[in-house]
Amino acid sequence: MNNSKKPLLALPYIIWMVGFTIIPLLMIFFYGLTDRSGAFTLANVTAILASDHLKALFLSLLLSTASTLICLLIAYPLALILRTHHIGKGSFVVFIFILPMWMNFLLRTMAWQTLLEKNGVINAFLSFLHLPSLNIINTSGAIILGMVYNFLPFMVLPIYNVLAKIDDNVINAAKDLGADNFQILTRILLPLSVPGIISGITMVFVPALTTFVISNLLGGSKILLIGNVIEQEFTKGSNWNLGAGLSMVLMIFILLSMTMIAKYDKNGEGTAF
Amino acid sequence: MNQPLIDLIHISKSFDGDIILDDLNLSVKENSFVTLLGPSGCGKTTTLRIIGGFTSPDQGKVIFNGEDITRMPPNKRQLNTVFQKYALFTHMSIADNIAFGLKIKGKSKDYINDKIKYALKLVNLDGYENRTVDSLSGGQQQRIAIARAIVNEPKLLLLDEPLGALDLKLRQDMQYELIRLKNELGITFIYVTHDQEEALTMSDTIVVMNQGYIQQMGTPEQIYNEPENAFVADFIGESNIVDGIMLHDELVEIFGAKFACVDKGFGTHKPVDVVIRPEDIDLVEPENGTLEGVVTHLIFKGVHYEMEVTTANGYEWLVHSTDMFPVGKRVGIHVDPFDIQIMNKPTSEDEEAVGVNE
Repeated sequence: MNNSKKPLLALPYIIWMVGFTIIPLLMIFFYGLTDRSGAFTLANVTAILASDHLKALFLSLLLSTASTLICLLIAYPLALILRTHHIGKGSFVVFIFILPMWMNFLLRTMAWQTLLEKNGVINAFLSFLHLPSLNIINTSGAIILGMVYNFLPFMVLPIYNVLAKIDDNVINAAKDLGADNFQILTRILLPLSVPGIISGITMVFVPALTTFVISNLLGGSKILLIGNVIEQEFTKGSNWNLGAGLSMVLMIFILLSMTMIAKYDKNGEGTAF
Repeated sequence: MNQPLIDLIHISKSFDGDIILDDLNLSVKENSFVTLLGPSGCGKTTTLRIIGGFTSPDQGKVIFNGEDITRMPPNKRQLNTVFQKYALFTHMSIADNIAFGLKIKGKSKDYINDKIKYALKLVNLDGYENRTVDSLSGGQQQRIAIARAIVNEPKLLLLDEPLGALDLKLRQDMQYELIRLKNELGITFIYVTHDQEEALTMSDTIVVMNQGYIQQMGTPEQIYNEPENAFVADFIGESNIVDGIMLHDELVEIFGAKFACVDKGFGTHKPVDVVIRPEDIDLVEPENGTLEGVVTHLIFKGVHYEMEVTTANGYEWLVHSTDMFPVGKRVGIHVDPFDIQIMNKPTSEDEEAVGVNE
């Protein structure tokens, strides 16, 4: 009847999408596929094959995979416990886990820096106990720690969401048919929570793969992730074309994880916060 | 053959200080169809969950086939449950749903396939092996839930309001289906419902429960025709429950009029509750009735007319009759002696709890 109003209402969102998603994306493609003179080239994309860049990409994949797995190993049992004890999302326990998300991401990571430093809180405590000091800062371990700490809630919530939706009677039915707790986990709970697991993996893996803040603060200048390489091309190196070309390669990995989500999470269950 | 299959002995259970079951004793014979009937919160589902092993009683014992299973987890019990809202495994095919229990028991592939075929045939869903749960209607899902339970050959099948989510027509069809299944399988059914018609249609034995107590246990005919207290009379079908005075054996006074009845042993001049079913009241000419009243309400119900007859003291009698008496007509009320059911009034607080309060 009054369809003319609908495009009008959508206009702000269209402007937003064009201005802040589509145009920047096109600009990335433009810079990525041209050289400084503006001529078409694939060199910026193939530059990923340079040994420095490959090494950074490989390390990024390794560290983000490791932290995703650690997040999953911590988050799944936690989500199970929350489900089994019917601890709702509004409860204190869940609140504690989500609380860090309310603090600034940079501040949180800098706090870890202070804790892990050579003369930081942890080493001060160790030397107080007359124990040898640990060399944690500026290692891959520190970066993984930072990733797990920052991204854990993004793994817990989608898994908890799918687990909480499983009817108690479905689990009772499995018990009734003779399943023990392990069989209930492997045959009922795990298969039913696949959408949440996939969603959690993507939500941890993508930001972990592209981060440069965590590796900057906790990895020092020694450890370069692909995110750091790209950041440096844009800031210090001033080679926007190379930076854009490399981020296009990274986009491929992100698109792959998005396709995974679309395949396993048809109802959008896992992503619902 | 007819020894008790399951015995509940002095079962008590409370949640957060609320008493759900209070010293409940129940014995169910092998090969019977027992229905636990009552309003929501009466403890019927808790009773079923205690038998299934999903809730453990605070006190008392559950004896199954001569063995104490009070503390046995559900996966070790030789009985199966059909849950409210089916509780099927949505990530599995229909065949895998039915095979679930058998696979866990480590049965051979051939055996499992035979069983799936047999069970699907039994519930009239041949050929549904590879369908997904979501593609089935509510009634079909319910049949699969039953098939999934019975392939394990339980001695006892527990059914928790299995027809609650179905529409009326389907519910009636499934009632006959369940009776047929029970007869074919020859296993014991314990069925929980709040629907009195369902209970009357299917059961050998009805256990009427309210507020954690068993109000009455008996055949559908006994429960309907001879309710032991006002709650049972009111919960099962419609009824007129009035105050009466038992003058002596076989004579009761209601609203000043003397009615002949067949009940004995209540003493003399004792206050009692009197139950008269609406279809047992005969409306006659005023001079031929025991009580006199005026028709104040009339509705045509199809099979019969539903009328309200108000007597001098203001009580409105509910009457079902195929004869129509118009509003405003003076009529006489006549009741045959065997249609009058006399009940003791509750005397203690315990019994008071069993009274009508819904």
